[in-house]
Amino acid sequence: METGKTEKGAPQQTLAELRTGQRCVLDRLDLPEDMARRLMELGFLPGNEIVLGRRAPGGGPRVYRVDGSEVALRRDTAARMYVRRDPESDLIVLS
Amino acid sequence: MSSCHGDPPRAGLLPNPNILPPQPRGERPIIVAIVGPPNSGKSTLFNRLTGLRQKVANFPGVTVEHRMGKAKLKGHQEVFLVDLPGVYSLTPRAEDEQVTHDVLKGERADFPKPDAVILILDVTNLGRNLVLAAPVLSLGLPTLILLNMADDLASRGGKVDIASLASELKSPVALISAAKGTGIESIQQFLLGTAARLNAPPTRVELPVLQSVPECRKWAANLGKRASYRPPAPPIWTRRLDAIFLHPVAGPLIFAAILVGVFQSIFTWAKPIMDHLQEAVQFSGVWMKHVLPDSALSSLLIDGIWQGVGSVLVFLPQILLLFLFIGILEDSGYLARAALIADRTMSKFGLQGKSFIPLLSAYACAVPAVMATRVIENKRDRIATILIAPLMTCSARLPIYILLIAAFIPNVKLAGNFLSLQTATMLGLYVLGFVAAVLTARALKSSILKSTNTSFVLEMPPYRWPTLQSLSLRLVDRAKVFLRRAGTIILLVTVLLWVTAHLPLQGGKMASLDHSYAAWLGKAIEPVLKPLGFNWKIGIGLISSLIVREVIVSTLGTIYGIQGDEHSPGLQAALHQDLSTAGAIALLIFFAFAMQCFSTLAVVKRETGGWRWPMFQFSYMLVLAYSGSWVAFHIAQHFLR
Repeated sequence: METGKTEKGAPQQTLAELRTGQRCVLDRLDLPEDMARRLMELGFLPGNEIVLGRRAPGGGPRVYRVDGSEVALRRDTAARMYVRRDPESDLIVLS
Repeated sequence: MSSCHGDPPRAGLLPNPNILPPQPRGERPIIVAIVGPPNSGKSTLFNRLTGLRQKVANFPGVTVEHRMGKAKLKGHQEVFLVDLPGVYSLTPRAEDEQVTHDVLKGERADFPKPDAVILILDVTNLGRNLVLAAPVLSLGLPTLILLNMADDLASRGGKVDIASLASELKSPVALISAAKGTGIESIQQFLLGTAARLNAPPTRVELPVLQSVPECRKWAANLGKRASYRPPAPPIWTRRLDAIFLHPVAGPLIFAAILVGVFQSIFTWAKPIMDHLQEAVQFSGVWMKHVLPDSALSSLLIDGIWQGVGSVLVFLPQILLLFLFIGILEDSGYLARAALIADRTMSKFGLQGKSFIPLLSAYACAVPAVMATRVIENKRDRIATILIAPLMTCSARLPIYILLIAAFIPNVKLAGNFLSLQTATMLGLYVLGFVAAVLTARALKSSILKSTNTSFVLEMPPYRWPTLQSLSLRLVDRAKVFLRRAGTIILLVTVLLWVTAHLPLQGGKMASLDHSYAAWLGKAIEPVLKPLGFNWKIGIGLISSLIVREVIVSTLGTIYGIQGDEHSPGLQAALHQDLSTAGAIALLIFFAFAMQCFSTLAVVKRETGGWRWPMFQFSYMLVLAYSGSWVAFHIAQHFLR
């Protein structure tokens, strides 16, 4: 069973913890099989880069740019998607 | 641009799309399936190839729909095209994937195996779209691969080498733009060659393990690399527009402005057209009275059928206008943003953003709305949306709303020139339907349709200009449905009403309304309706509108037409004889809540797979309508005294 920690022991971040414009690489999906498969078909494959797009007004779902398209997910889904981040690449992507 | 002008594919109509008799090859027509992921332009291509004449049908036993059409080729050859549901893979998980899978494998008893496949992919996102090529090519059927949205790819600086992609996949590949109609001639060539290709042995292509998404994705990425695919730059305009439409402050404001604008223009733009139509119907009625000899038959023809059907036809412009706006919102890509904005609010009522799209369509008509709930994956969310959709103010309620408001609500200005009491009443009825719908959803989702986690996964398509062809196709489709209704079920109810209102014969003459079967029926239910402020004449109207609610207006027309003297005071004035203002308000509330639409019940039965939910829905809405109008009647009586 995965512990939710990286090899270095630091707690792993989830997609829900990042902000608009930040980039990350998807590590793993902690979601039911059906949902995970559907997300993978939409491009949320481990190893793929994700850029955080806009959040719906009033704190609704957020748009994620992945694999050449944009997909909106609710926060509770994003909170179960673990990501790796390279602090160097943390540039704000202008709309 | 105009490459398809030389020989446009013409369309014919397949007599019975669902039951193609299984015939040996060579005798039965060639069938070509169109397959592709959602949003790849499948339907646009299908429409372009088959034109306006096509049929939508359901596969028996499942809620998945397919469309069939005929494309005429050079040399009078014909090919049947079937538009299968959009899928990301052929792994039979969801119902639509199962159907696509079964049809392509020839595993459906009710549908012959296609002879060839047209695979349409969005070339602006080739990596992800090519994944579907693996399972499709593994079928071994002759396949044409169309890379759609070539214009987008070029304008955003992307490119792909179709010759090397074709040699990698050992299938013909063509770049097209289904929306603009470029590259379509490649399909003609492919279809013409299909018959010759039928007996050729299938070519072998190296394919990945189909069950593994990452494997397929890697295969697709490698293919793209070998075809020197350069993905297009991000859609700048989409980003810019999203910065406005999803802006924390401007976004919701624009959202509200669009909704208000749509409803406002439906009333103001459609009104002059409707007035002209109304005049035309009345004028022609008077003219026919002069021309035809005075007899029972001419009365049936003019007072029964012409006025009855005519009073419903008048609403066609308004309905089409609403569908036009919904079409523009959907085709432009805004509806996905609207769903995103609405998600948070909808989640408070236990629903989700995707419920917004069907609920918006429900303002036009609940039937397409119920079908549009298919975008909602969660079954309980879907049923909840289906159950509340008929509470939204559909266009069939407009006739009675307009009639009663014009007759009973004084045209007092409330806020300068912007709002009159009549407009406010109309808006109030819209709000009432909406509030009833969301409260019902909330009640359902916290009781019988409780679900723990609802997922919301929504792809945001880039913004596009809606095409005239797609919009006009929608409108023609809707107009056909409406006219068919007017010509069949509404006509039937109108004739039935006229007959019951004129029989039995008394001494060889037709009965007056007071002594007719209709009156007897109306008087029989009068005791139940009295507490709501309705008398037996309104009762006749309610009975006749049980199957189709818009019939109420023509029923009242028939009732008062019968009683009308030389100087017919008009329906509005006539209503004052039988209805107090409190009663009129109660009648408005009754129509806001009651499920008087057999078509909706039938489609709910089909979509939920049984009579359980439609029966529940009917009873629930009837109870709501009765108690709602009882309360409204008593409150109104108290205040209007």
